[in-house]
Amino acid sequence: MREGKGEAILLPILSVFTALVVGAFIIPFSDPNVLAAKGFMETLSASWAAVRNAYSAMFTGAFGDPKMISAAFQAWQATGETKGLLNAFRPVSESLTIATPYIYAGLGVALGFRGGLFNIGAEGQLFVAGLAAAFVGYSITGLPFLIHLPLALVSGALMGALWASVPGFLKARTGAHEVINTIMMNYIAFRLTDYLLSGPMQRPDGLPITPNVLPTSYLPLLFAEPMRVHWGFIIALALAGVVYWFLWKTPLGLEIRMVGANPNASRYAGIRITVITVLTMALSGALTGMAGVGQVLGVDHKLVRAFSSGYGFDAISLALLGNSHPFGVVLAALLFGFLRGGAARMQSVAGTPVELIRIIQGLVIVFVAAPEIIRTLYRIGSSRKQKSAS
Amino acid sequence: MPPVLELRGITKSFPGVLANDHIDLTLNEGEVLALLGENGAGKTTLMNILYGLYKPDEGEIFIRGSKAEIHGPQDAIRQGVGMVHQHFMLVPVFSVTENVMLGSELTKAGVMLDRETVSNRIKEISSQFHLDVDPNSKVEDLSVGVQQRVEIIKVLYRNAEILILDEPTAVLTPQEVEEFFKIIKSLVKQGKSIIFITHKLKEVMAIADRIAVLRSGHVTGITTPKEATESSLANMMVGRQVLLILNKKPAKPENVVLEVKDLHVNDDRHLIAVNSVSFDVKAGEVLGIAGVQGNGQRELIEALTGLRKVEAGEVTMMGQDITHSSPRKIREAGSAHIPEDRQKDGLVLSFPVAENMVLNTYYEPPFTRGLNLRHDEIEKVAQERVKSFDVRPPSISVPVSNLSGGNQQKVIVARELSRPITLLIASQPTRGLDVGSIEYIHGQILKKRDEGCAVLLVSSELDEIVNLSDRIAVMYAGRILDILPAAQATREQLGLLMAGIHEPNAARA
Repeated sequence: MREGKGEAILLPILSVFTALVVGAFIIPFSDPNVLAAKGFMETLSASWAAVRNAYSAMFTGAFGDPKMISAAFQAWQATGETKGLLNAFRPVSESLTIATPYIYAGLGVALGFRGGLFNIGAEGQLFVAGLAAAFVGYSITGLPFLIHLPLALVSGALMGALWASVPGFLKARTGAHEVINTIMMNYIAFRLTDYLLSGPMQRPDGLPITPNVLPTSYLPLLFAEPMRVHWGFIIALALAGVVYWFLWKTPLGLEIRMVGANPNASRYAGIRITVITVLTMALSGALTGMAGVGQVLGVDHKLVRAFSSGYGFDAISLALLGNSHPFGVVLAALLFGFLRGGAARMQSVAGTPVELIRIIQGLVIVFVAAPEIIRTLYRIGSSRKQKSAS
Repeated sequence: MPPVLELRGITKSFPGVLANDHIDLTLNEGEVLALLGENGAGKTTLMNILYGLYKPDEGEIFIRGSKAEIHGPQDAIRQGVGMVHQHFMLVPVFSVTENVMLGSELTKAGVMLDRETVSNRIKEISSQFHLDVDPNSKVEDLSVGVQQRVEIIKVLYRNAEILILDEPTAVLTPQEVEEFFKIIKSLVKQGKSIIFITHKLKEVMAIADRIAVLRSGHVTGITTPKEATESSLANMMVGRQVLLILNKKPAKPENVVLEVKDLHVNDDRHLIAVNSVSFDVKAGEVLGIAGVQGNGQRELIEALTGLRKVEAGEVTMMGQDITHSSPRKIREAGSAHIPEDRQKDGLVLSFPVAENMVLNTYYEPPFTRGLNLRHDEIEKVAQERVKSFDVRPPSISVPVSNLSGGNQQKVIVARELSRPITLLIASQPTRGLDVGSIEYIHGQILKKRDEGCAVLLVSSELDEIVNLSDRIAVMYAGRILDILPAAQATREQLGLLMAGIHEPNAARA
């Protein structure tokens, strides 16, 4: 972290805020009432209504409707009926469910960043890891839950690690750039998935989907249906803590960060860069792979061709937004989870296209990547070091 | 007649630093004004203001008595101010002519480059000022000294009357410096006025007509070589008494610690950089390797410290073969390494001072116990080292990038010298540092020698080599031309060797 700690927190918050403000100027263009409005005042008030509706729908979509929640609470206190509660909190649960793969994948990419490696291959890694977890989940029978689930989790993570360590090895051995090779590994992973889903791992009815995994390999739900948030979310949070401990409190973590910060000085300090490079990629791939594993074992209970909606690519933005810090990544992943969670309701209730969320996500990243924009907008004293006298 | 150039009350501040504080300075026609000061004194800032790269907060510039508005290098050039930068701004694969015309291309019929006219003009300038440069040669084929003359021609071609030379001698051999001084004299004789930026006292005494000393943004004195002495100038630069001559006890060399036999090493382009080099370093002595930069010193040191592959030959340390050992093995065998480029190799700039203090020992107890890094132990040791080596960071938890160059180097010195070592390899240990830090680091190196450590010192500063070494090896084009006892070596002799001129009989005489 080059900036001060305060600024490292303030900048992302202001970036999100600014992105929402800019988004508000875009919403009216997709609103039929605004487009039909005549005259300046009418357009203005229709625009205001459109923005208000869209953002309030997004809020209730992401966190739940406050009225519903309080009504459900009263019903629960009066009758002990919990079904209302589950329904009222369902939006939060959905947001957290979406945030879960984001946390894993973001952590993986962030770990790579810390080690100076640009892992663009998260999407491919989560596919192959998901395939491995699904295979262990449906093909091995007769194991108890306490063995079957950990086995499925670990084999998924190992598969991700293996997949990512290939570009790591190529980089360490030949200097081939990991950006190119992780991208190429993505294509291989996608086509491998296509092949397996249309043949060896296809379920009997002929759809390009794997058979269902056995319940002994499910990541259990945290609450009851219809709340889909599962134990994968808790594991993701715990892993964020582990990644933090590993990177900052262990000698191996120090080595990874040292290689990332200055490979020359690392060589001088006696670190074997090739070993660290492969290891960093493997750990990064294990974490990003867990994003796929969590979806398969916790949500879908099978692997569907399109089960990832670009988690691996969004993870790059998340790592950037979270300043490649595990806790920053968790916050960024929650933000994306809530934005995505709210988007569906925004579209159905306010008629605002979901793509708006994509624009807002994009703007957040632009502002975080170009902090000078935010500094200028809010007149934050630039901490940028000017060239001092020499 | 008004002075050629006058600066009045120039003030420039950067966040947290007042780089120039109401500086008044005059330059007369046909004069060499030396601008002397440590790194960070504000010399370069002042010259960048004059050249239009920075805008001053306050103050005015007068050229020949009339107020000048300089908003960029183009303005400066138009008003007759030219600058020769410390790092050359030349395109190596272009010819001299092409380099000179770059940026102000002369054309025939509007589209064709008119190389001929430019080349004739270069020949004129070259003979007028005795520069001896062939306009048709490629820049990459020229020696550093000649490349510098190309830079000067570039400035003269643009009709500069005032030449600013920023640390021009940093890259030259002693003989090239002599040549360079002759050029300066011929420039001045023909009416050019020169500002000569440097921190080398000897050169100032040799070439300047007047000397302005800068310290932390102020002019602390204006004097002439007649009135000043080297030590009075040093005191003005640093603001306190400085020992220019080290108190050096005679060496008591003992057993051989490092032995290098017929070493061959390649550079990054796989060309031979170290060519059958042999020498030894004994406990309790300093072996200095003199030579102009780029003659294989870097590759030699990298090979000795395990950072570069040895192609052939043998390196032993205390009888143990370390020819192909890893950097970590060599360090653990009792060697310390102060690398040539502190920011590139010696430090992780974004890491705190504390972690940089244990950069190569973090994995040993007490810094690592079991799986865990012990930050408390690291900080304790860092505190001790900061104290005993007089490093002055704001705190040991700030990134080491926040420290000045001198303090950064002291972090490395503290880290390397606070271990029990039998061999110290120091490469350019004081490059770019202020007089105060140089004095301190030299003292520490000699202290290690007196404790019985073998010291291998590489430096392109001849003064540093002469002051510290007990024996001096001169490296040229990958070979060690000769090894002389320091007491017998003369500057002239070393200078000739550094230029590759070796007369074995004369040298030994």
